[in-house]
This record gives sequence, C-alpha cells and structure tokens, in this order.
Amino acid sequence: MRILYLIYDYIVSNVKSVWDVFSHTFTKADTVEYPDEMPYLAPRFRGRIVLTRDPDGKERCVACNLCAVSCPTDCISLQKAEDETGRWYPEFFRINFSRCVYCGLCEEACPTYSIQLTPDFEMAEYNRQNMVYEKEHLLINGTGKYPNYSFYNVSGKAVSGRKKGEGVNEAPPVDVKSLLP
Amino acid sequence: MANIEIDGKHYEVKEGENLLEAILGLGLDLPYFCWHPAMGSVGSCRQCAIKVYQDENDTRGKILMGCMTPAKDGMRIGLEEEQVSDFRDHCIEVTMANHPHDCPVCEEGGECHLQDVTIMSEHTTRRYRGKKKTYENQYLGPCINHEMNRCITCYRCVRFYKDYAGGKDLAAMASRENTYFGRHEDGCLESIFSGNLVEVCPTGVFTDKTLARSYNRKWDLQTAPSICQGCSLGCNIAPAERQGKIKRITNRYHGEINGYFICDKGRFAYDHINSDLRLRDCFVENEKTSYDEALQHTVKLIGEAGSCIGFGSEKASMEENLLLKALVGSKNFCSGMPAAREQQLKEVLNIYKNARTELISLKALEACDCILVLGEDLMASAPRMALSVRQATRNLSFELADQTRIPRWQDEAVRTLAQNERSPLIMATVSGSELDEIASEKIHAAPAQLTAFGFAVAASLEGKTCLPEIAETLAGELTEKAKSVAAQLRTAKKPLIIGGCSLNSLALIQACGQIATALSRARSNGTVFKTPVSFVLPEVNSLGLALLLDDHTLKLEEAVQKGSEKAAIFLRADIYKHLPFEVAEKMFSSISSGISFSELPNRTADKCKINFPAASFVEQEGTVVNNEGRAQRYFEVYAQANPSIKEGWRNLLNIAKGIQGSLAQAKPLAELACFDDVSHFVRNSAPVFSTWDQVAPDSKFRIAGMKIPRQPHRYSGRTSLQANIKVAENKAPEDSDSPLGFTMEGAPTQRPPALNALTWSPGWNSNEAINKFQDEIGGHLRGGDPGVLLLREKQGEDLQFSFTKAQSAELVAVSQSRLFDSCELTVLSAALVQRADIRVAMLGEATAHKLGIQDGDLINIKVGKDGISLPALIDRSVPENLVSIPNDIHTQNELSAALLPAPCQIVRAVS
Amino acid sequence: MNDIGTSAVQSTWLLNVVNVVAILVFVVGSAAFTTWVERRMLGIWQDRYGPNRVGPFGVLQVLADMIKLLWKEDWVPSFADKFVFVVAPTIAMFVVVAAFAVVPVAPGIGVVDLNVGLLFFLAMTSLGVYAVMFGAYASDNKYALLGGLRAAAQMVSYEVFMGLSLMGVVMLTGTFNLREIVHAQEDGWFFIPQFIGMVIFFIAGIAESHRTPFDLPEAEHELTAGFHTEYSGMKFGMFFIGEYVSVLLTAAMMTVLFFGGWLGPTWGFLAYIPPVFWFLLKAGILVLLMILIRGSLPRPRYDQLMAFGWKAMLPLAMVNLLITAVVVLL
Repeated sequence: MRILYLIYDYIVSNVKSVWDVFSHTFTKADTVEYPDEMPYLAPRFRGRIVLTRDPDGKERCVACNLCAVSCPTDCISLQKAEDETGRWYPEFFRINFSRCVYCGLCEEACPTYSIQLTPDFEMAEYNRQNMVYEKEHLLINGTGKYPNYSFYNVSGKAVSGRKKGEGVNEAPPVDVKSLLP
Repeated sequence: MANIEIDGKHYEVKEGENLLEAILGLGLDLPYFCWHPAMGSVGSCRQCAIKVYQDENDTRGKILMGCMTPAKDGMRIGLEEEQVSDFRDHCIEVTMANHPHDCPVCEEGGECHLQDVTIMSEHTTRRYRGKKKTYENQYLGPCINHEMNRCITCYRCVRFYKDYAGGKDLAAMASRENTYFGRHEDGCLESIFSGNLVEVCPTGVFTDKTLARSYNRKWDLQTAPSICQGCSLGCNIAPAERQGKIKRITNRYHGEINGYFICDKGRFAYDHINSDLRLRDCFVENEKTSYDEALQHTVKLIGEAGSCIGFGSEKASMEENLLLKALVGSKNFCSGMPAAREQQLKEVLNIYKNARTELISLKALEACDCILVLGEDLMASAPRMALSVRQATRNLSFELADQTRIPRWQDEAVRTLAQNERSPLIMATVSGSELDEIASEKIHAAPAQLTAFGFAVAASLEGKTCLPEIAETLAGELTEKAKSVAAQLRTAKKPLIIGGCSLNSLALIQACGQIATALSRARSNGTVFKTPVSFVLPEVNSLGLALLLDDHTLKLEEAVQKGSEKAAIFLRADIYKHLPFEVAEKMFSSISSGISFSELPNRTADKCKINFPAASFVEQEGTVVNNEGRAQRYFEVYAQANPSIKEGWRNLLNIAKGIQGSLAQAKPLAELACFDDVSHFVRNSAPVFSTWDQVAPDSKFRIAGMKIPRQPHRYSGRTSLQANIKVAENKAPEDSDSPLGFTMEGAPTQRPPALNALTWSPGWNSNEAINKFQDEIGGHLRGGDPGVLLLREKQGEDLQFSFTKAQSAELVAVSQSRLFDSCELTVLSAALVQRADIRVAMLGEATAHKLGIQDGDLINIKVGKDGISLPALIDRSVPENLVSIPNDIHTQNELSAALLPAPCQIVRAVS
Repeated sequence: MNDIGTSAVQSTWLLNVVNVVAILVFVVGSAAFTTWVERRMLGIWQDRYGPNRVGPFGVLQVLADMIKLLWKEDWVPSFADKFVFVVAPTIAMFVVVAAFAVVPVAPGIGVVDLNVGLLFFLAMTSLGVYAVMFGAYASDNKYALLGGLRAAAQMVSYEVFMGLSLMGVVMLTGTFNLREIVHAQEDGWFFIPQFIGMVIFFIAGIAESHRTPFDLPEAEHELTAGFHTEYSGMKFGMFFIGEYVSVLLTAAMMTVLFFGGWLGPTWGFLAYIPPVFWFLLKAGILVLLMILIRGSLPRPRYDQLMAFGWKAMLPLAMVNLLITAVVVLL
C-alpha cells in the first residue's frame, strides 16, 4: 500500500499537476488590460476615501476621531470644532494618502457613515506632497453608499433645527417641575 | 486581615472594608458607578453585584452589592459566576435604556466609565426599542458643559458637589424617574471645585467646556507629570497637549496631596500657555533678535559690568533659582521677594524645623479633628486645603459611626447619623470665608487682633493669663473664645494649626508658632507631642526659595540699589509687584542693563534691555517645593518648537558658558551639560537637598531599556498631523533631559509614579483606572507617592515669640486673597476671568457709616503714595476700621500687595 | 595544389570560426529569448498574458530587460571578496557555453566533435557548482551563503545519477562520441529502451540548472535570492542567462541522447527539411516542457530533495544500468 501511495505521491500527482496546468493553454486569460479597458469595480471596492453629506446636505462628519484612531498607519488627522448650535464638525480633516493602505477600517469605525471608500484607485502623483488631501478635497456633495442615514436624527443631541425630544424615538423633554405620579 | 475566597482562589484583604474596594484593590475587575473611593458607598447603582456564600455548605449563595458588604474572614465570593454576571448585564441594560446614541459627539467618549462598564458587563446589544427620555440642558458657566440626556442617575455629582465639597447650587431634582441633576436655574456653578464633576461623573453629563473649544480625545493627548503652579500646595496635575497647545489639565492622583480632586484654578488656568500675549522672541533694546545674538549681548553686558545682580522668583523652579544664585554669587542674589515676605518665610521654615511641630500632608490633614485656621481665607489662597479641611470636620461623624458600628464607608448612613455634627474648626480670619459655614467658631478681626488672639490661645494653653497688651488689643469676647479654643485644642486627638502669608504678617505666623509650641508643651507627657502645623505660602515654590536664603542674600531694596550699578537678571520676577511704584520706577531709571526672562509681558520686562522669552512650566522640567517641604518634579509636556524659548535652567547654563572667562563663579556651572548635572548640582549645594536624587528618576532611567512614553499607545494622526506642511514625517523630538519620550513607544507598564501621567489600564479607559495604580484603594501610588520631603531634620530648641502691640491706625487696608484673578497666569484664562468675584473694597458697616460711604460707591483708597479706586461693598463680617482690598492682578498693578496691611485713607470719589 | 590546400585549411578555419560564433550567438540569443518565452508561457498557463507591451507580442521585452540590466549600476558590495565576486558569474556563463561546444546540432553544425564528448559535457556541468559556491561565498551574505551551501550539496548529489543515467546510452552505443550516439539512433530513438534513464536525466538536468522545483539555492521565500542576493546589473544577468543556457543545454543533450538529435522523418517532403530544424523542434518542445514543469510543480523541502536524490533517483539509475547491462550482455 505504502509503495502504491508513494508512487501516486511521487509520480501520478505530479504528472497530474503538470497536466492540469497544461490544460490551461486553451483557457482564456482573466487579465483585464487595464489602461485600455476599465475593469468593473464593485461599490464596496476600497479606493479613494471621501467624506459624505447628510441627506439634508450638511456635513456628516462629526469629528469623533474614531477613524483616526482606527487607522493602522495613522494617516488620518482632524480637529473637532462646534458650531453655535452644538453640531460637531471637523475644523480640518486630513488624509495622507501616501501612507494610506486602503484597509477600510476608518469606514468600519465611522458611526455616521461619513467616511467612505470609493471605487477609484487612480490617485498616483509625481509629487508626494500632492497625496495629502484636505477636507475640501475629500468632501463630496452626496450621501455615498448610505442615502438615508442622518446621525443627528438618532443621536439625542440637540442641534440646529431639531430640539431635544424631536429626534427619532425620543420622548419629549422631561418636565422637571411636574410632581404627577 | 481577612482571608476570603473569590472564585475558588484565596486572597487576603482588610477586615471590614467593603468587598468592591477589596476586589478592586486585588486588581480584579468589578463594574461600579455610584461608589467613589473618596466618597464611600451608597449602593444605588446595583452594578457591583457579587455572590456571597455563607459558609462551606452553602451552595446557593445570595447576590449582594459588593460596595455595601463588609469583608469578613472566611467569606466565599462568586465574582464571575453566571448568575451575577447576568445580573450585572441586566442592570447595565436598564441603566443604558435611555442613554443616548451620541458617544461620537460626547467629550467623555474614549475615557468614559460608562463605556468601560458596559463592555465589562458584557452588555453589547440594546434590546430596548421604546422612546428614550430626554432632558433640557442648562448653562452651567464657562467651565462645565451639561448634557443631561446622558445621565444614569448614579448621584455621584451631587454627592461630590454638595456632600463632599460643600457646594450649594447643584442638586437632584424632580420626582420619580424624572430625576434631574442641575441648578435651580441656568447659571455658573459656584463651587470652586466644580471642575471635578468632569472626572467624578462616570459619563458625559458634565464635561470640560474649555477642552471642548478645541477638543481632542484622551488617546490623542500627550501628557507628562506636572505640578500645579497655582498655589503653594503643589497638587499633581497632568496637562495634556496636542499640536503645540495645552488642551486641558486633569488631576493626577497623589496619595498624600491632592488625591482625586483639584480646584478649578488648577484645572482651568492654562490659557496663558497658549496665549497670543506670550513673549515668543528675544529682544535686545526692543529689536527682535535670535537667541544666540541675545545671549551674546547678555554675556557682553555682564562682562562689562563685572558682576551681576540676580533676582529670583517664587514662581521659578528650584533649579532656576539655585543656578541663578550660583551664577551671580550668593552676595549678589536677591530672592525677588519683599523683605517682609522673606522674613515670614524664614519664620515658617523655623517653625517647620522645630522639634515640637509636625509637618502634615493634606491626606494627614483630613485625619485632624480640631483645626485652627489663623488669618487664612483657604478657599482663595489654598483651595485644595480648604477641601481637605472640610473633610477633616467629618471626623466626628466617623467617630459616631464607629460607636454605632457603622462602617465609615457607608456614606449615606454616616451622614444621616451625624446630621450637622462636625469636628471643631476654628476660623479666625479678617472677613467671612466660605468655610465659616462648617466652622464651630468663627472670628472676624483685624490682623493685629488675630495675632493677639493667637497669643491669647497660646497663653491659655500654657495656663497663663494673657499679657495686658494682648488683652488690651482683644475685645473681651475674644479672650473668652481664646480659652475655649485652647481647651478644644488640648483635648482633640489630633489638633492642627493652619497659618499663612496671605495677610503679610510676620506676627501672625509667630502667633501660630507660639500656639504650636504651647500646645506641644501642654500635651507633652514624657514624649514630645508634635503639633501638626501647616502654612499656606504665597507661591508654588515659596518654600523652596526660602531654603536658598542665607545671610548674604540681598534684600529687595538693597538689590535694587546695587542693581542700578551693575547688570541685573530678572528671573520670572516682576519686581514692580513687590515695591512701591516710585521705588521701582526710580530703580529702572538707573538700571541700564536689565536682562529679563519672562513668559508674559510685564512692567519689569518692559524696562529691561534684553528680553528672553521664558518657557512655561509645561515646556521645561524643574522641581518645586510645596508648603509641606515636598520637592516635586514637573516635566516637559511637549517640545517647544520655537528656538528662542528654552528651558530656564538651560538659559542660565548658556549664560554661564559664555561668561565663564570673566566671572569666576560661572565656571562650575559651565561644566553642567544636562538636567541630570543640574540635579546633582542642587543635591551637592546644601545638606537639605541630600535626598534630591529621589525626587524623580534621572534621565538615564529605563524600563527594560525603554523610555516612558508621553503619548498614549493609541495616539493617532502621526503620519498626517504635519503632512500639510511636509509629507515626509519629521523625527520625533528627543528628550535627553528626562526619561520620558515624545512618542507613543516605550514602557507600557510599571512606570514609576513620578513619571506616569497616563491613567490607563486595559478595559479601564477612564480616570477610574487609577485603581490599578494604587497600593490600596484611595491609598498611595504603587511605587510610592512622588516627591521627597526635604524638611525631615528637626532642631531642638524651643520657640518663644513675644507679642508686640501694633501701632494703632485709624483705618487699615488689608489684602483679600483672590482665587481666579490672583496672577497674570489665571487672568488669561478666558473661562476663569468670567468666574472671578467682583472687585470691590469691603468695609464693615460701622466704618462705612463713619466715612459716609454707601454700598456701590466708588472710593479712592490711598496707601502711602500709591492708590486705587474701587467700588465699595459693605460686608458685616469685616471688622471695624478695616478696608479689605482684593489682591488681584489689577490691584497689583496699581498697588503693591507687599505694602499691605498698611494704614490708608479713603476718599469717596466724585462721580 | 599548395594554394588549394592552404585555402582549404583557411576555409576550414574560417568555417570553424563562423560555426563557433554563430552557435555562441544563437545559444546566448535564444537563452535570452527563452526568458521571454518562459514568461509568456507561464502567463498562458496561469490564465494571464505575461509581457505583451514591448514590441509585437512583447517580444522586445527581452531587449528592454537587457538594456535595463546593462544600465544598472555595476555594484560590488564593499564587504565582498571583489575578485571572486566578479569571477563567479563568468564561470557560470563559461561552463555552460563551453559544454555547448560538444553538442552536435546537425551534420556540419557543431563546434567540436570529441570522442569523449559526453564526458566533456559531464565535466563542464560539474564545474558549474564552483560558480555558485564562489558567488555565494564572495558575497559575504548569510542568505547567499545558505543558498551556496544548498547549491553545492544539491549539484554534487544530482550529478552522481546524472552521469549514471547516461551510462545506459553509452552501453548501448559503446561510444562517448555524441555524433556517433545520434547515428546509433537511426534505427530507433533511445528514449524507448532508456526511458528510465531519460526521466532521470531530465530530472537531474533540471536540478543542475537549479530551476523550479529544484530552485532551493535561490528560494526567494526563504533566502531572498539565494546565492545571487548581492548581485545586480550585468553580473546578475550572467547568472541569469547562464541558467537559461543551462536549460537549453539540458534540452539539447536530451535531444541528442534520447530523441535522435537532428534525425527526422525520411518520408515525403519531410525528408527535405534540413536536419537542424528537427533538432531545434525537439529541443524547443523539451524547453517548453521544462517551463511547464516550472509552472506547475512546487518546491520540495530541502531534506525531501536530498532524500529523493539519494534514495529514489540513485537506486533507480543503478537498476536501469544493471538491466541495460544484462540486456546488452545477452
């Protein structure tokens, strides 16, 4: 038995491998000849990072810093600022794409669907400095992959146009002075 | 000691301490909310459930709250059993039911105890689908932000604010499950300890508004151990920096000093470091120059003058003062303090060193059961001490609790039992203080009378009748009070005398010394009774500077005289504050070669020929000595990018290097190259500094070959923060002067307390992680609380002070301690300026009546040749013939506080 | 007469030079070309294209690579033994090209016709081990040294049965002369009687040119680039081309020894096709087979390689020799 096994192992399996590979002579190449023809990139492709907006057009990013802390190459940095209505937004938002590995952890970490990776990978530059993207380069005028989500609707924090208790699944503010049982 | 069994393992814990404390003390994890190590247990949050078995045969056990159950020998406890962990899971689920979904926009996120406990209790999915409760927020002033939705009703805030710190304007309100924690109406929180709510609140109801201006998460903030520069107590703090700006200051636990809490001045007064007003360039004769050029000019100037006068400062570190003294020679060194204050500090040192006294820390202070405060408004001059004094008055309640066998940590029970019973606190001050409300005895009198009162107490302690001149000064009523106070001091278990320099009275300090000596004599019975004493000093390093004074040290006036002949170095010293305006002006009209090191512009710096910008305390390392004689090191929090701003000690070494050819005493200094050399220089300079090496590990200290990181291990944005300037990352700055590094790399654990500012432990992201760094809960830091007590040696001879009657004056102006606007550094803090008391001159009713002044009148107060205009406030607590002037930065600019108390004249200003 | 004799001598001499130069250029050229063929063929077998951008079908890729190699900095590491470092790739190239001297490509094409041609071939291939060892040792690099050690052991081991596998052919023909061996196959190619010998020689040939699956000396996953880690530019190019010449050599020797050399079909118009074509065709197919094997078989572990050589191939070669001897004797 052992001899038979060894024969199979040494000879038959190797010859079979060679034959299998040889049979590929007649199959079609999978290569997409990229610059001449564009490959199909799925929406979930992890390419150039964008910042999206709420359905009502306001910046989605609330500068919570979770993308920055989840980034394995530390290539995201931002600074929180707050408008007069209490809405948080990033004063600056910077991604150093020359360090980015497009792992998508920032998108996973983002609680507001603001940061999203898009199917665009053609970002090469001759000058590395141009790989540093600021907020104006990142922010797009749309909702990206998640059209209906708006963080402040469900956050419980009062911001412009929505007072306490007006969000989704919120009871009206407690009347502190009520003594009713 | 009690042997207990937790999940089958045997441990030894303290008998009678509550099990939550015991379990945390063993380094195990048990979630909790309402319990706080400094405030005891109330058992309201139900989160620390554990299973307790009665004996060997008990297989069912029962679920109890860890924080409410005392440890007993032979106990068997289930910590991780399914039943209890389920119980905790359900408790947190209910707690979290109404908690909003706003962690991303919450300043607490990332250092939130609620987040930690939710994870620790394994509550990962919210099942509640109903509507969430919401609350309207309140405006709580410029320091604290309020977001009531996040509240989990643990009651910690009111327990701290009202019960612990004695605040009045924060309460739990509303009925049933509508509980609301806030003020009766919008407005600034009045307590000067309100900032601690940020750290006490387990979630984000109360957050730091000053941090929110330019918010960063905890993991993004670079920190280093530091010491608060606000007063003489030397509270340990952790200033946090990002992008070259200090973003906030938090408490850094110190078992002997500040414990878990600091005052708002310490927490919020940091804007001066980031201020645009700061000096950032070197100037030579008002021309901007490079550092090297300014240095050359300085060397030339001193070389031409042949010698140099050095003005030190109580605000400068020991290293800076000592190097300055060595550089100019002790005969040319002046402390920069007014002569009167020098004398007071010398007297304080004298009393501290006496064998009949005992220096005590704030922690030890809390154990004193009878406190006499002589002439200090602690709430303004040493707020953290006031908080400790407040705790000390609870000792009676603990005694009552012991009698009724209630554990001391049963907070609610102990408070209910004690009601308003408090240990005696005698507040003898000029005018009303916030501590008066808990004082058993309050005395408001002029400084001279306070001194007389002190001597009367001392006389009574010695069983003598007081001298006629004392009795003459004292009103009859006070003589009687002195007797009863003496009796209380004599019978107390641990009495304490608190004095200080706020009233600028040497006699008052001597009175304290006299009481301490008398009390010691009265209570010595075979062994010498050491009277605990504590003095509140004017500045952060006052005591340290006092240690440098010797017989050669120049008096300020002398130095001013001599300085006009020679070059003069002003080290963080604004001598205008300490001299009458005319004298200072006269001096500078003749000084042609002043060299100043100053953080902010001031009148002295304006007059100097050469101006160096000084590094703030977060940009250099140094050591300060607090009022207890504890030398403590602070470290550079961030590397100053500006080449003109160098560490104070380095500036002096650079000058020494340049001048060594012409100035003989500069030669040994020129050989010092790094901070370690400077430390050794300090150690060798006097016997009192022989233990200097133990203040903090030197720059060669490593843990397994690693430095100690200043950045948390998850510091973000390293490759991006500066990328807009240059995409290639710069090398992190190196720190050759301390064992700390400016990166996130380095020793992850076992950092010695003197070097550790990062309170973090796996699973414990909030400051509650401090449990993991203590030898026992609420005790010392593991590895010893940082700092070294310098004044250990005692001198034997008995102190004897005599009372001299002060010259009576018609009207005396005294200075009133101020908290939030007492110096340049705090007035630049936007938040604190808003919270400062209104500036008024306070008068007693009778005095006002005599002078025909009414409330709100603008009055001119003339002291010598200087004068100031202030609105008048008639306050009953102010004694007769006295006007109390706020000792704030504005007053200091017009009127030297060094002159007070002094006779004055008051004129009603014509409106 | 004298004139004619002189010119005949001259023409033979000239012919020899032309022959030598043509074969040298052709061998080296086709080795370079093989690199492109290999990359294209691997591409096809792996469902992709391979180099297809430079020139028609990417044929000029070779040229581009050559230019690149030539223009690279000719760098010798400061810590290397400079003389040996430079000599090593020269030896690598020299021995395989020298071995080609005895290959009888076709009647009239070939450099020398030695009566010990086969032995010369074996001698030259055994010298190849020095190139690798020198290169590895001179590099003063741990990866190179490990690669060199592996190469030395592997080549010495596989050489043994490489020689033995050919002895069957020698027994059948009674000569070491390669042309005579080809002529001996006019009645039937030796791959039938010497099938086992052919397989063993093929395996040993791959191992001698250290190509996958026997590329342990330069196993890039373990040793960076093995013995030539420190080499770059044209010195690396010589190792590289040397390897491909070695591939060609193995293919050519197989053709000569087992597949009837230049002998082709003699019927119909096929008889008019020049013999060199048949030689090239057979060798070409064998080269493709070696490329196919590279594309399909994984690299064994080092102990497996040694065990395979000593415990499987060597006994098999001996048995083959024994059987052949018995057959010849009978």
